[in-house]
Amino acid sequence: MQQHKQSKTIEHHEAVPAQRIGHAFAQASREGRCVLIPYLMCGFPSVEQSLAAILAAIEGGADLIELGLPFSDPLADGATIQHASHQALEHGINITACLSIARQVAAHSSVPLILMGYYNPVLAYGVQRFCCEAAAAGACGLIIPDLPPEEAGPLLEAAHEQGLALIFLVPPTTPDERIASIVRVAAQEPRGFIYCVSLSGVTGARDRLPPHLQSFIARVRRQSAPYGLPLAVGFGVSRPEHVAEIARYADGAVVGSALVHLLERHAADGEAQRAAVRDYIRSLRACTVRQP
Amino acid sequence: MQQHLEQQKRESSGAGQYEHGAYPDARGRFGPYGGKFVPESLMPLLSELEEAYRQARLDPAFEEELQELLRSFVGRPTPLYYVPRFSQLVAPGVRVYLKREDLAHTGAHKINNALGQGLLAKRMGKRRIIAETGAGQHGVATATVCAMLGLDCIIYMGAEDIERQSLNVFRMRLLGAEVRSVDSGSRTLKDAINEAIRDWVTNVETTFYLIGSVVGPHPYPLMVRDFQSIIGREAREQILQLEGRLPDLVIACVGGGSNAMGIFYPFADAPEVRLLGVEAGGQGLASGQHAATLVAGRPGVLHGAFSYLLQNEDGQVLGTHSISAGLDYPGVGPEHSYMKDTGRASYVAADDALALRGLQALSQSEGIIPALEPAHALGYLLEMGARGELAPGSLVIVNLSGRGDKDMLTVARELQVTIS
Repeated sequence: MQQHKQSKTIEHHEAVPAQRIGHAFAQASREGRCVLIPYLMCGFPSVEQSLAAILAAIEGGADLIELGLPFSDPLADGATIQHASHQALEHGINITACLSIARQVAAHSSVPLILMGYYNPVLAYGVQRFCCEAAAAGACGLIIPDLPPEEAGPLLEAAHEQGLALIFLVPPTTPDERIASIVRVAAQEPRGFIYCVSLSGVTGARDRLPPHLQSFIARVRRQSAPYGLPLAVGFGVSRPEHVAEIARYADGAVVGSALVHLLERHAADGEAQRAAVRDYIRSLRACTVRQP
Repeated sequence: MQQHLEQQKRESSGAGQYEHGAYPDARGRFGPYGGKFVPESLMPLLSELEEAYRQARLDPAFEEELQELLRSFVGRPTPLYYVPRFSQLVAPGVRVYLKREDLAHTGAHKINNALGQGLLAKRMGKRRIIAETGAGQHGVATATVCAMLGLDCIIYMGAEDIERQSLNVFRMRLLGAEVRSVDSGSRTLKDAINEAIRDWVTNVETTFYLIGSVVGPHPYPLMVRDFQSIIGREAREQILQLEGRLPDLVIACVGGGSNAMGIFYPFADAPEVRLLGVEAGGQGLASGQHAATLVAGRPGVLHGAFSYLLQNEDGQVLGTHSISAGLDYPGVGPEHSYMKDTGRASYVAADDALALRGLQALSQSEGIIPALEPAHALGYLLEMGARGELAPGSLVIVNLSGRGDKDMLTVARELQVTIS
């Protein structure tokens, strides 16, 4: 354990990896915009293509990257991410392979990486080992959609020991009181942001954002503001106009399923795939600027 | 929430000694097992459900309605029936009793729980019911209760199960339920549960998820155990009446584990009663084609609970195989994991062939065609007898959790008989 705490890579970057998340939000805020967080599944469509896609997204202007860790039973995901997850597993992708992708991205770029995956593979890998190696691979934070704060004790402790933020999701059906208690847990250092789930449901691109998104974000903001914790919005976000709307009242936008579709559409041509991802992210990035 | 986190830090690993009635604790744990590993959307709902359930159990009117329907609609109590000729096949001097859940309305124990949760849903004002089903028995039970209570019913079922349990699919539709085919993953029970949870997350405010086994997040393992414990309570009373003593062995099949927990729990405080769960050995444990979670798995998180799980070394959930769709599940109820680790119950596996033998033996010796699920327990009992593990005078109760009608096409195929 002592050895784990003194991981070399951490010293290379910053004392606390999670601080890089805060810096990314702060930087965007200074530039009068929200952050853009593309989600890409490790190993989809292939290891090489996912690595290329991540780098293309960074080139297109991603502020942070969410790296998906595949799971056999992704019950918070819609058909699109399920498919990507399934295909990644078919390619034999496991946590070791995902961390290797993270390391390669970190070698090319200082964009903060957040690992998003379900709890069981993390548990099987070993909670402490996972956090230690994730930090060493350049990750700054973790999102585990089937791990509510009540069950998060062991992972929270291990993550914090490595300076990783554990980022919690808040859907619109959550009562204020519970939002307050989630925010209190999420606000402990090292910390990241609150992941606001735009709608009740699973991941997947939708035509429009839900009508009550702004009031929901305002509700979360009332709880998070005292801690200065940023709010990112995900689930159902795919279009430039979605990002433009989110930029008006939130601090970040997450896009995922739309990228899966894009990668599929250009599966045959690697060059076209990278260009498509870069251009798509660029088009979204242009919409992150807050209109006066 | 902070309290929870502190408590988790203090929690020592390992299940320790079996403590009857001590679990689940306030966090929904049975020793280290159980909990609520679900997307955040479901957390407020689970609290609401926990509270509604607690209040319902304190309300004499709820209890009265449940008891009355169990009697008049389900046909309880089900008999505890001595099977002399089958007993002889097991071993000389052994007395085997069957708890006849196959005689409950809809042909299996599933109705006990479906009725209980259905009444709770109605009480909570939720009119849209969703459920998963493997063999179709829980789907039929849920569709039946929904028809009786006038609730909307949507059943998720793996595409493979729809194929092999076509008769039950037809029954559900006849009862007015919508059956949704699930094509993802292994296209069996596990994937049907994934899809039901996705529906639940999406329609969280209007929908009641009527889980069919002692699995899922707290409070489901508790609720389902409570509603199914009527099996064991009746059996305990009946065996005392018939034999004047408690049985030496209570044996039941385990998929998710609801029929087993239903009969085990009311006997679990009596240390002289041995509790034995029989899992699906499929084509043999060595083949990897099985569903013997407690025998061959290790603890992990699936469908909201920490429990034994069939998984590969990367923590990916494995595909399962069993001749019986009802046992074809890579997880198991967390209280069974607790009973295993504490040694209060033990768990073994019977393969497809042994289950078939059990089914044939009971059919021919006693005129009772069991479902393939409890046939695993019957087959294993025959093996125990043959191995000389049952002393003369042993008193055994088998939970005959369902009748075999639904399995006739499968059995015919296995026996290479063509039915038009």
